[in-house]
Amino acid sequence: MSLQSLDITRRSATTTPPPQQRQQKEVAKLIDVTKCIGCKACQSACQEWNDLREEVGINEGSYQNPHDLTANSWTLMRFAETDRNGRLEWLIRKDGCMHCADPGCLKACPSPGAIIQYSNGIVDFQEEHCIGCGYCIAGCPFDIPRLSRKDGKVYKCTLCSDRVSVGLEPACIKACPTQALVFGSKEDMIDHAQDRIADLKERGFDQAGLYDPAGVGGTHVMYVLHHADQPQLYNDLPKDPVISPTVGLWKGILKPLATAAMLFTALAGFFHYVTIGPNEVEEDEEEHRA
Amino acid sequence: MKTESPPSLIRRYTADERFNHWLTAITFLLLAFSGLALFHPSLFWFTQFFGGPVWTRILHPYIGVAMFLSFAGLALKFWHHNLIGRSDVEWLKRIRDVVRNREEGLPEVDRYNAGQKLLFWTMIATIPTLLVTGILIWRPWFAGYFPIDLVRIAALLHAICAFVMISGIIVHIYAAIWIRGTVGAMVRGTVTRAWARKHHPGWYKRIARGGEKP
Repeated sequence: MSLQSLDITRRSATTTPPPQQRQQKEVAKLIDVTKCIGCKACQSACQEWNDLREEVGINEGSYQNPHDLTANSWTLMRFAETDRNGRLEWLIRKDGCMHCADPGCLKACPSPGAIIQYSNGIVDFQEEHCIGCGYCIAGCPFDIPRLSRKDGKVYKCTLCSDRVSVGLEPACIKACPTQALVFGSKEDMIDHAQDRIADLKERGFDQAGLYDPAGVGGTHVMYVLHHADQPQLYNDLPKDPVISPTVGLWKGILKPLATAAMLFTALAGFFHYVTIGPNEVEEDEEEHRA
Repeated sequence: MKTESPPSLIRRYTADERFNHWLTAITFLLLAFSGLALFHPSLFWFTQFFGGPVWTRILHPYIGVAMFLSFAGLALKFWHHNLIGRSDVEWLKRIRDVVRNREEGLPEVDRYNAGQKLLFWTMIATIPTLLVTGILIWRPWFAGYFPIDLVRIAALLHAICAFVMISGIIVHIYAAIWIRGTVGAMVRGTVTRAWARKHHPGWYKRIARGGEKP
């Protein structure tokens, strides 16, 4: 948590540069949905490493379990059945934080240092500084952060920042039996994805492609999709995710402008008083009797 | 200003009205400081007035509901004094003279001048909007039940309305300092006859005729 860190690119609600003397190489997790068998080993490994347990739920007629991301479940296999060219396709997507280069959660957060982005691209919540306002939930274009009922703090995937900082791969990567999950420098992951995409195209998936959406500056969790032209097939993965313009206006221009305008209003009052002066009831008016 | 004997003072606000006003004022100040703390990082230290950042987040919405209820009392009591008429438009057209303390020939002001009325209607517009948008973004109780786009719009509107309201109240507070003899109206409930004659002649005439209870 509050360990000294020298490689912070962005820090929430902070207007001066955070400690960033050390520069790390950008990392990325690549999720090749075309190789995923939906075994949920990544889900288990995530809970195992982070020492969290999901409550036992109920079956609602889908393999998806739990039904949604929670404060305990930071990654979730989402199962979608679609009909394409008269064939059933079972599309399985490992959902979780995308670690955006331009993180909406961090932009929206009002608490200094509750969300930080390391120079390796990992966006991490520092729960001891979290105030539980949920602005990050409004800021996120991927509907990822989850507010805990237990402590009023928000939780999400850390990309195993604790493991990555000591040279290990995230727990989910280690657990994946088909190498659908791979981890490394962002550059290498893009290269690896291109090989996979070339292979998929050869095998008839003309629209295979990499999901690294530019609207949020690219992400540090990327997907190889067989239908990159229709990411929404994969349980509503947004096609062109961006930080909502509403949030952009609120946290962009309004914040400094409105603060300055309020300060100016108060100053205008003061200077009115020392230049034009108070409006006093004059003595003879007081003495006058109606 | 010389000391006036009680008969030269006239009542402008009853004790109930003063209580209601100051309850609204105190809740407003708490809301403004806690809200600004979460609005701009440079003001985050305001959270220390509330027992820390988490308490600031917890308390703000409850105080907000209290202010809404308190303000509703003021609104019900004073709305009919704040209807805008033709002379108010004339008064506003001469706002340059008003701020320079040049009052000759200004349209006759009744219980409230056009500036006060505008403030009233600004509060009427912003406070209920702040309540509704505040509920929409209130975590953990309500925000989770609304679509995220609505929550986003609510957060933006909440900030805009708060900005308008706080700016309006800064003007309100300054006007009370600027126009001497005004603070007493809301603190002790009384103003001098001369003050009433100068700033609210229409109202004063009605009081003097005894035609209306103050």
